[in-house]
Amino acid sequence: MANQVGARFAALADPTRRVVFERLAKKALSVGELAATLPVSRPAVSQHLKVLKDAGLVTDEADGTRRVYRVNPRAIEAMRKYLDRFWDHALAAFKAAVEKEMDS
Amino acid sequence: MMTIRKQLTIEAPVERAFRVFTDNMSAWWPKTHHIGKAAMRECLIEPRVNGRWYEVGEDGSTCEWGKVLAWEPPRRLVLAWQLNAEFKYDPDLITEVEVRFSVLGPKRTQVDFEHRDLERFGAAAEPLSKQMDEGWGQIIQSFAQTAAG
Repeated sequence: MANQVGARFAALADPTRRVVFERLAKKALSVGELAATLPVSRPAVSQHLKVLKDAGLVTDEADGTRRVYRVNPRAIEAMRKYLDRFWDHALAAFKAAVEKEMDS
Repeated sequence: MMTIRKQLTIEAPVERAFRVFTDNMSAWWPKTHHIGKAAMRECLIEPRVNGRWYEVGEDGSTCEWGKVLAWEPPRRLVLAWQLNAEFKYDPDLITEVEVRFSVLGPKRTQVDFEHRDLERFGAAAEPLSKQMDEGWGQIIQSFAQTAAG
């Protein structure tokens, strides 16, 4: 399981592709917007986006005449869920620690 | 923006709640959740803006977790959580943990907790094929499964 996923995430081994992904993690952008801020051609950006999309790391949708790319929210949803459970657990322990100190 | 929010009420004065959260974090932080190779002895917050947030292992080794962004005792604390999706310290990554303490009564405090900017973890999704451990490692596994699903 882990290795299959690792292979999918190998899409991010390419440094330019990683930069593209990091840009999209901050903000949804079109090919043109990405190309304007990167030292690579627009067709190269398109190719990187195709690889990222095939790996399930980004999604795209039409916005008028342009196509906007964003990070696939599922790629971070598990992280959010895990931290959500973790903080429930940690904050309950925090509450118990404060109140225990009150009793003693 | 992707954010986790929690609210809880604590039967204690606001000063005490703030102090236990910051000065006595080791008393309540789940010992299973740390990043050092050695078992965790304690986790510490230096009480000032730009103070370190870090763990100390049983062998005396230290591991950074992040830093203090806002230090306003006893009402507000903002920490930079600088662990990426692989639970490695990354000085270039900042997700914010804000905790607000409000007085509900002389011995009652409301805690509003927020862990925000989680979308920034997206940039750290790369090293999923590495070995997974218990504790923090679980997240990588579920992260990987969801991303693959």
